[in-house]
Amino acid sequence: MSDETPSDEARARENVFDFLDSGQYDVLGAFWVTVQLTVYSAIGSLVWGTILAAMRVSPVPLMRAFGTAYVNVVRNTPLTVIILAASLGLFQTLGITLAGGSDFETIGFRLAVLGLIAYHATFVCEALRSGINTVPVGQAEAARALGLSFFQVLFLIILPQAFRSVVAPLANVLIALTKNTTVAAAIGVAEAAALMKTMIEYESDAIFLVSAMFAFGFVVLTLPTGMLLGWVSKRVAVKR
Amino acid sequence: MTPMSNVSVTKDAAPTAENLVVLDNVNKHFGALHVLQDIDLTIARGEVVVVIGPSGSGKSTLCRTINRLETIDSGTILIDGRPLPAEGRELARLRADVGMVFQSFNLFAHKTVLENVMLGQLKVRRVDKKAAEEKARSLLDRVGVANQADKYPAQLSGGQQQRVAIARALAMDPKVMLFDEPTSALDPEMINEVLEVMQQLAQGGMTMVVVTHEMGFARSAANRVVFMADGRIVEEATPDQFFSNPRSDRAKDFLSKILHH
Repeated sequence: MSDETPSDEARARENVFDFLDSGQYDVLGAFWVTVQLTVYSAIGSLVWGTILAAMRVSPVPLMRAFGTAYVNVVRNTPLTVIILAASLGLFQTLGITLAGGSDFETIGFRLAVLGLIAYHATFVCEALRSGINTVPVGQAEAARALGLSFFQVLFLIILPQAFRSVVAPLANVLIALTKNTTVAAAIGVAEAAALMKTMIEYESDAIFLVSAMFAFGFVVLTLPTGMLLGWVSKRVAVKR
Repeated sequence: MTPMSNVSVTKDAAPTAENLVVLDNVNKHFGALHVLQDIDLTIARGEVVVVIGPSGSGKSTLCRTINRLETIDSGTILIDGRPLPAEGRELARLRADVGMVFQSFNLFAHKTVLENVMLGQLKVRRVDKKAAEEKARSLLDRVGVANQADKYPAQLSGGQQQRVAIARALAMDPKVMLFDEPTSALDPEMINEVLEVMQQLAQGGMTMVVVTHEMGFARSAANRVVFMADGRIVEEATPDQFFSNPRSDRAKDFLSKILHH
């Protein structure tokens, strides 16, 4: 910040906006980390959530018990606790780095993705399970009558129809996930919320502007997601 | 799941290959309700058996036990001389040989008509895609819906959907076809187009078990009529015998109710 004092008006303008020109804060870079956290976690949550849903409808009691226990424990644990447990428990206590080498930034990023997947997969699982309930039982019977195996029935007939009916709820999970990536700041991942915290500290004269800027950034990320998936939801809906 | 071994010795010797489906002393309960009571039924290769009876008599349940969509509590079911496996890959393999047509069609709603008929061939029979499509198209042609191949089931009429369902079952080259009230969910004007396809199948020598309320079909296509009431097979006879001269009071009562209005 400059300490010369020309006219009041010019100084005000300069003070408000100088943090953007200074090159001191890489706002786009921070949001890029947020986007990466979101994308990796979304893919992971979708895969793990689908596996969990398969477990919860499986004919094997042990699988069902595991799925139910996992969902109910993890879903009811605060995300901050999960992310901190990943960092303090997995990394600092057990030394698990997820092949992140010795770079703290990479390790933190991977652990954050792991925690986000573990948490959001439970919501994906439950959304999918409600989707499975919308598929008439006759669909599975017809598939079994053709000689398809349990997994074929699930992955060829039930889940494709279940997914189509839960695009909108999955969009909710994705939007929540996008915003929940901010928790990764707690273990030092340099994403948007971490930068915001820094900027608020050093640019305290522009708190409203900084906050509005980051809020706007998240809206830019989540609003198109919601609109796109709302459109997809209508496109892929199964007609009966 | 269900113990198959605690069954008394079969009266006959091992069933000959001519007996395609053999139910021996089959029992099933839904809770306190004894839906199948000591069912003995033998269906020969190429035979068309029509199962009729009042609602709740166990006809549909009987039909569904033959490919184990319903499990049984005791008794044995042999298909082509081999006992019905309890579960797993063996059961899936057997189901592929037993075609099933449902009351509510149950076409896969997210797949086109053509994909519906190809799916079993591709995923169960492991036929290559080109051969599967060729066969699917010829079967759709045979049941008269070739021009609907690229539509989704919801875009078809009930009669068309049921004919596609028949084509889907036929695509597996089943040894026997089970029909569980195939026309009960159809508008009256669509019943005949489905029955005609079934007539053709029967004339072509397909072994069929048909649960139905269509007495006309029973008269013209069946080799044998099985009359069920209260979970038991009350009467078995040729269609002529059964409709003109039923022996049991239960059957007389049933026929008087359905034939006189």
